[in-house]
Formats: sequence, structure tokens, C-alpha cells
Amino acid sequence: MLTQLSASELAAKLKSRETSAIEVAEAHLARIDQMDGEVGAYLEVCREAALESARLAQARLDEHTDGPLTGIPIAVKDNLSTLGIETTCASRILEGYVPPFDATVVSKLKEAGMVLLGKTNLDEFAMGTSCENSALKVTRNPWDPDRSPGGSSGGSAAAVAAELAPMALGSDTGGSIRMPAALCGIVGFKPTYGRVSRYGLVAFGSSLDQVGPLARTVEDAASLAAAVSGHDPSDSTSLRDSAIRTDGLKNGSLKGVKVGLPKQLMSDAVQPGVRDAFDMALEALVREGALVDEVDLPSIEYGVTTYYVIAPAEASSNLARFDGIRFGAQRTGEGHIGNVSATRGQLFGHEVKLRIMVGTYALSAGYYDDYYVRAQQVRSMMSDEFNRAFSDYDCLLSPTSPVVAFRLGELRDDQMALKMLDLCTIPANLGGFPSISLPCGFSQDLPVGMCLTGPVNSDERLLQIAYACEQGLPWGYRRPPMP
Amino acid sequence: MSISLDEVRHVARLARLELDEAELVAFQSELNALLGHFQDIRGIDVYGQSPHSRSSALQNVWADDDTWPSLPRGSALQNAGVTKAGLFIVPTIIEE
Repeated sequence: MLTQLSASELAAKLKSRETSAIEVAEAHLARIDQMDGEVGAYLEVCREAALESARLAQARLDEHTDGPLTGIPIAVKDNLSTLGIETTCASRILEGYVPPFDATVVSKLKEAGMVLLGKTNLDEFAMGTSCENSALKVTRNPWDPDRSPGGSSGGSAAAVAAELAPMALGSDTGGSIRMPAALCGIVGFKPTYGRVSRYGLVAFGSSLDQVGPLARTVEDAASLAAAVSGHDPSDSTSLRDSAIRTDGLKNGSLKGVKVGLPKQLMSDAVQPGVRDAFDMALEALVREGALVDEVDLPSIEYGVTTYYVIAPAEASSNLARFDGIRFGAQRTGEGHIGNVSATRGQLFGHEVKLRIMVGTYALSAGYYDDYYVRAQQVRSMMSDEFNRAFSDYDCLLSPTSPVVAFRLGELRDDQMALKMLDLCTIPANLGGFPSISLPCGFSQDLPVGMCLTGPVNSDERLLQIAYACEQGLPWGYRRPPMP
Repeated sequence: MSISLDEVRHVARLARLELDEAELVAFQSELNALLGHFQDIRGIDVYGQSPHSRSSALQNVWADDDTWPSLPRGSALQNAGVTKAGLFIVPTIIEE
């Protein structure tokens, strides 16, 4: 079945004329029709536009002007602006909003000849760990429909795991690519801050946000990262010479690779089943020649708290633009300010309002130094500590999530427990480090992910190590129990 | 330290969020729970540590002094609730 193939396998079949871009797009659209009613990954499916792009892609393949991803279908998280296609951030406040421009990453997908299948669900404005904060839809985990796919890029992860797309784009502010990738049993990569343009990504925490790929193999994640990365003058934080290269991806091995295990990330919060799966994977990596040591990074303990000061502070500022005047839905109140307050009060969801409130408080007179400045000092301390560790280790390794996919609604009343699940993924955002989650085993028949994090700009090396890990683990990719 | 209902009301006003009384009470309890966790970082010795100010090594990024086409006016206005003569329309905010 075409939908079970990875992007690299599809690309080979497209080039050898064993299939066509139109057949590939039709196969994925048919599977979406068949399965997405149950999964709920997509907010919008762009059927006609997808078939038209597939026809154009096939013309490029026929004319031999194709690239490595020409004709490959892709799903895009609905916080990335798409020209002429509604972009909602899964929020009532943006219902009906149709961007007049493409995000840079979306332009790059189009230039590469990829076929955009549709826009995927997320926690509203990417604020959440379970995808349950979407105001528009419930997304279910392909491994168990009663469980969360993780968040916030839950729709993208579920789409890739359920074979409703071979690859997808997500965004990661505190783990929003890696966490759902782990919970859905696929690969998710957050590149170094600045290597992928944020232009057209609806901003949440601007110093933390990064766009990245979700796919079923490291090779596919790397090729999508390569396609969307590179300097962009429209994003002032974009790094020069930042295109991610994949030429050395398969040339590495784990022999002699120095891996640090932060002991603070192997705490009691890690479920025993997750720990067992992780330990088994670790043994396999050691057998392949990896040199593994425990490393002490005490500031990790403060990561979640630091993040929940800084990210809401940035969000409260970024989300000030949603006033119902220039775009988005509107509600009426008393006078101009009343209109704005009514629009925001009635159309933002609870979690979004809570984070705006936290951020506004942390930035307000009298509390700025105590909360925001102090959090930024702790952030520096933490980055310094990680950078010192990176002088001794090629990468740091931990479980991606301390738990397997939880039941929908299970953590709804324990928001702090939900936030603590980001413990392992947050440091990479605070430090701007590249970080990748890949499947490393199972617990309770649910996927467990492991997270590799490297120093700034080590994206190529990190992908090379992740590829070697994937090859070195004695079990291959496992499909979810779906038809 | 805890936050009073009046402070919650004040923060909601600063954030331009119209909230009903039930929501204000709910946010008071959630904010207090979060602020309780924030105490963790208030106790850390950060003496001499400069606040993190940028997420990459970039400094002074300058754009070339070139012009290029901007978003056409029609596109910029296409998602607005009320427009007139190529402008966004909002209620009067300055009384005569």
C-alpha cells in the first residue's frame, strides 16, 4: 500500500515510474476519507488543491526538474500561514481567517514540489501537551483511540502515525513536536533555533518557537528539515548559512559516540514501563559502541517553572494582536476597548487566557524583576550548564516523555501534572538546542520515545547519531494497530 | 504570596480580557497554584548571572536598504471585520 511507505520509499517509486504523484496523492486522500473520521488529525483537507499540486509535481518528474521531495504529500500544522487556506490555530478567534501570504516554510514546500494534503489539529495556539486544548476538534492517538496523541502538534503526529501523510510539519515551543512524536511512535525533530524560518508561523513564544518535521523515519525527518531550513531575510532571528545538510546522514556509527544521561531526567516521575523500554534501548546503543555516562545537570529541575514564566510572558505580548479588528472573528462590547475585550474574552479558550494572564502578571510593574528577569537569569544558568556538558558529550539522552500516551481527559483536572510532562523537552527550547525524539520501544503496547539533544548548530551530527540509533535498535518501525 | 480577586480583575483588564465572575474566581485559584510553583525559582542564587537576552549568537541583524513590494492593500484588508475607503474601521476612541 502506498500510504505505508516512507517518503524516501515513495520518492524512489516516483522516480522509477512505479507510481505517479497523482496516485500517491489519491491514495492518501482515500485513506484520509477512510480513517480520519476516527483519528481527527485534520482540521481541513485540501483535496482539489492537493490533486492540482500532484499534477504539477508529476509534470516536474516527467521533465526531470524534480527534487528529492517532489510529489511527496505532506500535512501542515494549522498555525502555519497558508495562502488562501484557512489558518485557525485551532482557535475560535481565528475561525474564517484566510492568510494573504504563505509562511516561508510553506513556500519552500511548494518550491520543492510537495503536495499539501491539509492542515492539522493542535492545542489552541500551540498551548498544550495533549491536543485537548483545541477549540475545534478532538484528535485521537492511532495506537488507542481513547488516548491523547500528545501535543501540541497532535494532529501532525497522529496523521503521520496513522499513515494519513508520510510526513508533516509541526512547531515546538516546549516539546510540541517531540512529545506527540513520542506518544504516537514516530520521529519528531526540533532544529536549532534560527535554522528554520519562523516567518508565517503564528507566534507563541518567539524566543522558543521553532518549526520542524515529523516523519516515520529519521531519514525522512532529515530530508524535510533540509527542505524547509535556510536563511530567511523575513525572519530577523534566522541564521545565515543555516540550511540543514543530509549528505553525511548515513555515514556515522555509534562507535565512540559520547552520550550523557542527565540524572535529573530519570527521576521517579518516569513511569517504570517507560524506564524499562528506555533502558533496553540504551543497552542496544551501548552494544553498538555508544559510550554512556550519567551527567548531573541540577538546573533542569527549574526548567518547567522557568518555561512557564517566559513562554506566557512572550505569549501575552504576541497574542495582543488578536483584537478582532484586522483579522479574525469579532464580538461586541462597550466602545472600542470593550469590543477588543469581548472578542478576546469570548473567543480565546481557557488555557490561552490563563497563559495570557500569567504572562501579563509576570511582566507587570512590581513583578517584572521577580519573575521575568529572574526566569531569564535561570535560563542563562541552564544554557551555560548544558553547554559545559556538551564539551564532554556529543549529545544528551533521556526519555522524551516520562509517561506513555495518557487517556483523553485523564489529566484535564491536573494542569500542573500535564505541564510537568514537558520536563525532558523544555531545556532544548530554553537553550535553542537541536533535539530529536525517536521511537525506542513499547510499554503497555504504547510507544515510548527517546530524546537526543545536541549543542547549538549540531543538527547534522545529531541527525547522524539519531539515524545510527534507529539502525542500531533491534526492532524496526512498528505500525499502530489500524487497518 | 497569593493574588487577590481584585488583582486578577486588574490583570484581566491589562490583558484586555472580558471575564465573568466565575472565570475570575477560577483564574484566581489557577494563578495562585502557578505562582506557588514559581517560588521555586525565586529561591535560586542567580547572583552575577546575566538574564538570557537572545536565543542565538546573532547580533545587530541589519536588512539591506532595499525596497520590495509589500502586501497589496486589498489583501491586508481582506480579513477585517469593517473597512471603508481602504481603511480599517474602529469605533471612535477620542471624544470631541
